[in-house]
Amino acid sequence: MSQIFHRSANSFARISIFGAVFMLAFLGWIAFEIDRSPWQTRQAQIREQPVPFSHVHHVGDLGLDCRYCHTTVETSSFANIPPTKTCMNCHSQIWSASPTLEPVRASFRTGTSIRWTRVYDLPDFVYFNHSIHVNKGVGCETCHGRVDRMPLTWQEHSLQMSWCLDCHRQPEKYVRPREFVTALGYQPAGDREEIGRRLVKEYGIQDVRTLTSCNTCHR
Amino acid sequence: MADDTQLADPPRDVIAPGYTFGSITDQIAAVVLTKRTPVFWMACFSVGFGLLLLFLWAVAMLLAKGVGIWGIRTPVMWGFAITNFVWWIGIGHAGTLISAILLLLNQRWRNSINRFAEAMTLFAVACAGMFPLLHLGRPWLFYWLFPLPNSMGVMPNFRSPLVWDVFAVSTYATVSLLFWYVGLMPDLATLRDRAGNRIARLVYGVMALGWRGSARHWSVYETASLLLAGLATPLVLSVHTVVSFDFTIAIVPGWHSTFFPPYFVAGAIYSGFAMVLALAIPVRSVYGLQGLITGKHLENAAKVMLATGLIVAYAYILETFTAWYSGDVFEQAAIWHRMTGPYAFSYWALITCNILLPQALWFKRVRTSPVALFISSIFVLVGMWLERYVIIVSSLAQDFMNSSWGIFHATRWDWATYLGTIGMFLFLFFLFIRLLPMISIFEVRTLLPQAKVEKESRP
Repeated sequence: MSQIFHRSANSFARISIFGAVFMLAFLGWIAFEIDRSPWQTRQAQIREQPVPFSHVHHVGDLGLDCRYCHTTVETSSFANIPPTKTCMNCHSQIWSASPTLEPVRASFRTGTSIRWTRVYDLPDFVYFNHSIHVNKGVGCETCHGRVDRMPLTWQEHSLQMSWCLDCHRQPEKYVRPREFVTALGYQPAGDREEIGRRLVKEYGIQDVRTLTSCNTCHR
Repeated sequence: MADDTQLADPPRDVIAPGYTFGSITDQIAAVVLTKRTPVFWMACFSVGFGLLLLFLWAVAMLLAKGVGIWGIRTPVMWGFAITNFVWWIGIGHAGTLISAILLLLNQRWRNSINRFAEAMTLFAVACAGMFPLLHLGRPWLFYWLFPLPNSMGVMPNFRSPLVWDVFAVSTYATVSLLFWYVGLMPDLATLRDRAGNRIARLVYGVMALGWRGSARHWSVYETASLLLAGLATPLVLSVHTVVSFDFTIAIVPGWHSTFFPPYFVAGAIYSGFAMVLALAIPVRSVYGLQGLITGKHLENAAKVMLATGLIVAYAYILETFTAWYSGDVFEQAAIWHRMTGPYAFSYWALITCNILLPQALWFKRVRTSPVALFISSIFVLVGMWLERYVIIVSSLAQDFMNSSWGIFHATRWDWATYLGTIGMFLFLFFLFIRLLPMISIFEVRTLLPQAKVEKESRP
């Protein structure tokens, strides 16, 4: 009986064993990368807004404090999207004829809210509270990045669970004194971790076991 | 007495007289390489295929509507799914026992039944694997069970026996598959060389991985097969031990006991051998393989069933005794509920199927009658399913607080999924006996007297 396979089948068989391993590893790696890519997380992507609001201008140039607009950040789970009235405090006088701001004036005239597009949208199964973070010394900048350098707002971090856990597992690496919570570009006066450990104690931040309990965020 | 029957049907022999190397190969290979398919095969395959379609339907419904279509309600959240999982995993154990432990113990009668028993293991594990996966509710996230790097930054809870299960079962499936496949290679080469059809030659040729039967191949084969047997041996004990931990680690009355591991392992081998008999008896008579799977094999399997069945019976007695002896009111109530409560029928049915009826195996007349063995093996399979059902459902339904008691009612989808996996098993098994040699050709050949090397001839 003649040979069914050519001699090269031997090499092909051997190569395919290694090939299969590398192929599987490669596919795994692709899945891993896609899972972390901005395509999946929408990290660093600018969202379309009804009015092109610039944090660079309002925060960086004019020096508005975060809490001027996001009023409830210290007392509520929600940081608050300012009502149109807050905009009109200034924009009834400044740029009052600007066509860009027409949606704002229209909103003020009609009393219907501007429908901003949410940039930081956590899944509904996550319980998140701004006030506890702000009061325990987590700076706005830690999660939202340098908004004073964002002409249009983007999501600074991935918002994936591992990112949340970075801080929940080692809060001392991220906390800052309360007076610097809204400061942008905060530099610790000394060793960050040493100050962090002191603050963790002083602010009564819970132990890692509690901070990383499922129930802390998934209630 | 034994001498009288020697000529008609030699029950003492593991192979009928008159076989030669060639006739063994001819007979086993012919089952696969023929163009004629027996009506029996067609019938069984159709039943299997029909039930497989039912399974796919049930799974589609499950994915569309969620696990609520099953009867699982608080407090009985495990219901049929885990019952069927444990049942199927247990059935697989006989294959590994036959292929690994009996190989290491040099029990040569295993050579005739190890191939299809291992195939049975694989298909049973495949069926078993369906249930925890579907029971997840979101089966597409099954990979969360493995400690893979992930964007959640968390690992599975290694203190949970459910995670141990993942490792135990996936290791078991992998080692069983490797062992089965390595054992198949020489026979695949035989089929490659005998197949008339070019496509068949190519397919068997690729699967044989270039096996030429050289001395070097055989030497490597023997080493690999021994190593795999060594790997598989602890699995016979460990897999069902870990499965039993799913229950014993919990504090539910009726689950929380230390004798579950040996009890589960014995029960697994019990049901596994019952399945071996339930498959071997019809298949060997349809294909005329009584000369290769002889009365001796059936009797040996029956003896293993009798022995493991007695261990299981001992465990039932011990379970009741321990509940009484512990003085624990909840433990006592759990056993009492089993015997007299809403699941009393299932409990007494399982005692009947698992303990009372198999006592018939003490009689040689029963052990040598294929029909009687087939019937008793079906009873054992039913009994072992009921055992898991009673352990899981009755314990969960009535635990510590009677305010949280609730009775489990299986829905039609529970039954459809369960029957569906039986269909999947039959489908895979009958595909296997049609496409691959169901008996190990080269291993059976070593059973022939001609295969004995004459040691005396050496100086």
